Amino acid sequence: MNTLLQVFPVALRAMVPITLAAVGEVFGEWAGVVNIGLEGILTLSAFLAAVVSWATESPLLGVLAGLLTGALIGLFHGLVSVKLRGNQIISGVGINLLGMGAVGFGAWALWGAKSPMLDRRFWIPEVPGLGVSPFVLLTPALALLTWGLLFHTALGLRVRAVGENPMSADVVGVPVERLRLFAVVYGGALAGLAGAFLSLDWLHTVSATLPAGRGFIALANVVFSKLNPLLALLGGFLFGYFDALGIQLASVAGLSGGVPYQFIRMIPYGATLLVVALAIGRARFPKALGQPYRRE
Amino acid sequence: MRAVLESLVALALGVLVGAAVMAAWGRDPWAAYAALFTGALGNARALASTLSRALPLVLTGLTFAVGARAGLFNIGAQGQMLLGAVVALSCGLFSLPAGLHLAVALALAGLAGALWALPVALLKLGRGVNEVISTIMLNWIAHWLTLYLVVQKLSDRVVGQRTFTAPLGMRFPPLYGELTWSFLVSLGTALFLFWFLWYHRQGYEVRAVGLNPKAARAAGISVPRALLVALLLGGVSAAWAGAIQVLGRFPYAITSDLANLGTLGFDGIAVALIGRNHPLGILGGAFFFGVLATGAARMGLRGVPLEMIQIVQGVIVVAMAAPEALRLLRRVPLPIRKKEEVAA
Repeated sequence: MNTLLQVFPVALRAMVPITLAAVGEVFGEWAGVVNIGLEGILTLSAFLAAVVSWATESPLLGVLAGLLTGALIGLFHGLVSVKLRGNQIISGVGINLLGMGAVGFGAWALWGAKSPMLDRRFWIPEVPGLGVSPFVLLTPALALLTWGLLFHTALGLRVRAVGENPMSADVVGVPVERLRLFAVVYGGALAGLAGAFLSLDWLHTVSATLPAGRGFIALANVVFSKLNPLLALLGGFLFGYFDALGIQLASVAGLSGGVPYQFIRMIPYGATLLVVALAIGRARFPKALGQPYRRE
Repeated sequence: MRAVLESLVALALGVLVGAAVMAAWGRDPWAAYAALFTGALGNARALASTLSRALPLVLTGLTFAVGARAGLFNIGAQGQMLLGAVVALSCGLFSLPAGLHLAVALALAGLAGALWALPVALLKLGRGVNEVISTIMLNWIAHWLTLYLVVQKLSDRVVGQRTFTAPLGMRFPPLYGELTWSFLVSLGTALFLFWFLWYHRQGYEVRAVGLNPKAARAAGISVPRALLVALLLGGVSAAWAGAIQVLGRFPYAITSDLANLGTLGFDGIAVALIGRNHPLGILGGAFFFGVLATGAARMGLRGVPLEMIQIVQGVIVVAMAAPEALRLLRRVPLPIRKKEEVAA
């Protein structure tokens, strides 16, 4: 029982990437674009954030690099999905493969190692006085902001309109393509932040498989949230808790009570499956989700 | 015809981006590619190695393709492949007459792959869980399960870096160089699925559901059954990819870091896309990636890491996502395209 409580501080960190990536994806899906390349965005932005932090010795610039990387990949995915009317799922898988390859190649080329450790100088410092990562505070704020943006602004209404019925939105003069691009870039930027957090604030390393499926757990969280950013925050904590439980049980000797390490590592994935299977009621997704829009 | 052209342009794009990255890194891309192609195709032994590496990719490509034909995005081949490999090898724990042993190992591996695909179908049909999420989670669970079995249960007591080797009676007999008779499994599965999808009622139903589930249902086709069939067949195929990698290729064992199984499952996605989700196209796509994999070994010696291949793969997949980009390259005048749409 004590163990379950000890996991709590780790869970606060584990919540960050799963929530941020999911909240961004929620925004993009409202506009009608699915991005299953979150895992690739996390991998690449974690890597480039680390590279910039290492080169400039400024973790803040590193975070900005992560954000920018995510936004640019989002823009690329947006161009493929919106302008070229490509297959969004295939593009997402391509981004995931590219992320794996580019980071594996880049880490080797730059540091001659598959998963180099980052020196403390390049980490993001904790919030003075509170002893928590700034991301732990930033994440709920961004979830709230995105929720407000989506449901309480004219912009949010338009974003949801182009996801639900792009033709009607187009008829009343809403710029469908531009809004969709914006939404995917926004989603990519949040995933980029999550990537920067992974390398600079939490795991202090980079590798081709650094996110270890968290990009896909974030997608599960999107389903769980029924496209509500605030529920994605709750889901992020739930999925993050299981992630942290696996990490904590595996890293602290004797906690697991003789259960092999490899079984402990299955916990987050098994729990994700279970939560998604048990989530009550099906989410209703925007009507035009995944569909390119072509003016008649 | 246009489909073939799109695949070729995507391949060329991947190779070009790979060259650009190498050049940016101060390596001579053309020397590297020359090494790659001679390493992969230069002589009969090289060609045998290329074919041998292409064989499992045929099977994982088929997994993705048969799913895609049913309208599924099945990326579970990786986990099913790992389990197929470890189950096939585990059959070495008991002894049977030569040949029969191999057949039993293949049967049990296929069964394991189908069983691992079953929750994907149940979760999708019963709870509406998207297969992208369930397959990735199952891939990770399979990864850790395989690692557990390989490291804790099947490791060789003398050579610590791998499992015990498959007994001779459970291996595919060698054919030439690295190539073994395991090619029959890949070729046979590809031909079977070609026949199944285009000449069998059940396969026709799978394709009908993929083209238009509503129309298929209206025509009296059971959509759940079609999805189940596609997922289970995919599971068997992917598991066989792992099985032939262990029973049909040196070192006839699984290395402790699972490196000789690698990302065979994920690689199948690119293979299937290049092959337009057609069993015969997949044979070609797998051959291309066999060339890359065999040649990459030579490139590795010249200071270009194997991850380069994944970059090329990623570019190819992204390029396959947007066929319209290729059409822009050809500058087809807009009015003609409009007419085509009207006709369609």
